[in-house]
Amino acid sequence: MDGRLDSGGGLTTISGMPALLRQDEFSGLGVAVDEREARLQLRTQIAKLETELAGLFGEAFGHTEVPHRVEALTAQPRVLDLGELEAVRDRLADRVAEARRALVERRRVEDDNRELVERMLATPADYKWVRVSREDLGLHGCGHWHSRPRLGPIGMLMGWWRVKISSGCPLAGRLAAVDR
Amino acid sequence: MRADPASQQMGWVPAPQQGWVAPHIASEFPGLGVAWVEVDAKPGRSPEPVRRRLRDLSDRTYGSQAIRLRERPIPWAYRVFFRQIGLDPDRTRTPVEQLTLDRLHDGGFRSNGMPRDALSIAIVETGVALRAFDAEQVEGRLCIRDSAPGESLAGMPGEMEKGTLVIADDSQPLGLLFGPTAEGVAVERGSRRLAVAAVQVKGVPQIAVEEALWMAGSTLEAA
Repeated sequence: MDGRLDSGGGLTTISGMPALLRQDEFSGLGVAVDEREARLQLRTQIAKLETELAGLFGEAFGHTEVPHRVEALTAQPRVLDLGELEAVRDRLADRVAEARRALVERRRVEDDNRELVERMLATPADYKWVRVSREDLGLHGCGHWHSRPRLGPIGMLMGWWRVKISSGCPLAGRLAAVDR
Repeated sequence: MRADPASQQMGWVPAPQQGWVAPHIASEFPGLGVAWVEVDAKPGRSPEPVRRRLRDLSDRTYGSQAIRLRERPIPWAYRVFFRQIGLDPDRTRTPVEQLTLDRLHDGGFRSNGMPRDALSIAIVETGVALRAFDAEQVEGRLCIRDSAPGESLAGMPGEMEKGTLVIADDSQPLGLLFGPTAEGVAVERGSRRLAVAAVQVKGVPQIAVEEALWMAGSTLEAA
């Protein structure tokens, strides 16, 4: 059919449509086809997406793994055609979206854990034996918050709960002493 | 090409020479270029100053830098170019990323003798992609072009796919762009004159290319 429904429900005739579907008739329509320009645009988009992905990768490192791989389209370097460049662009865009989602999800978990630590500190008895590491909060180092009873079994019977904050990573000297 | 007196005064000996890029490739990749220097140098064990420099470089290269490497302008520019030519920079690593990962894996930049050490120092310091050929086997000017139908790379089985990007001289492809080097033009034990080539892509400043060539060339000459 040489036409389509317009937004008002009426039929709009597009006399050139069948010809538009045949690339070799572009010149007859007076439509200039500059694939090179399109390829340059796609390469610019790929560059922008790579910037974004590199930033997300750096931001996420040490917190969570973000998908960042885009498989090679070819084993040997060559000039990609329009379709191949679109495929690279689309895959990169997917990776960026996935990476962003993974980061948002990780931040939400870290925020929840931060709130949990605040609640633990306020009411340790409500969070008996709960242990939250610095890693769970997106922090570096080996420390953790641990809700445990004061004076061991006595504190447990008496309900003397407190949050113990560990002193961090063991020193190299101490680790060496353990080995001995 | 011989260095002019001005460049000699600036310590630019040997002077970098500019290669050419096939026009239809250049129109697709503005900013793509190749430059090289030729140096009288023999492959062999690196002298102590070069190995000391590698050790110093190891001390200045950390894991955190490796993670953030892809955000730095020059390594980023190569990553982008790799994507644009269909390569996955996380599989076929850009030269600077490969060296940085090797440094983390091995615990330091290992000495691999000359000219590889000279190239490694220049690549890590500047981020620019460098490679070496036996200058006596190179005919005329270096260029970046696509392969012709039926063309093959010496020492590699089969023909190259049409349109494969290569570094070539006036007579033959010398190697895939960011890929293996053809047999016969690679630096061998008997090589006496080396051509150090830098591939420039969009986003890599000319000054960085010149610095990389100067650094590699002067390290090779001093050895």
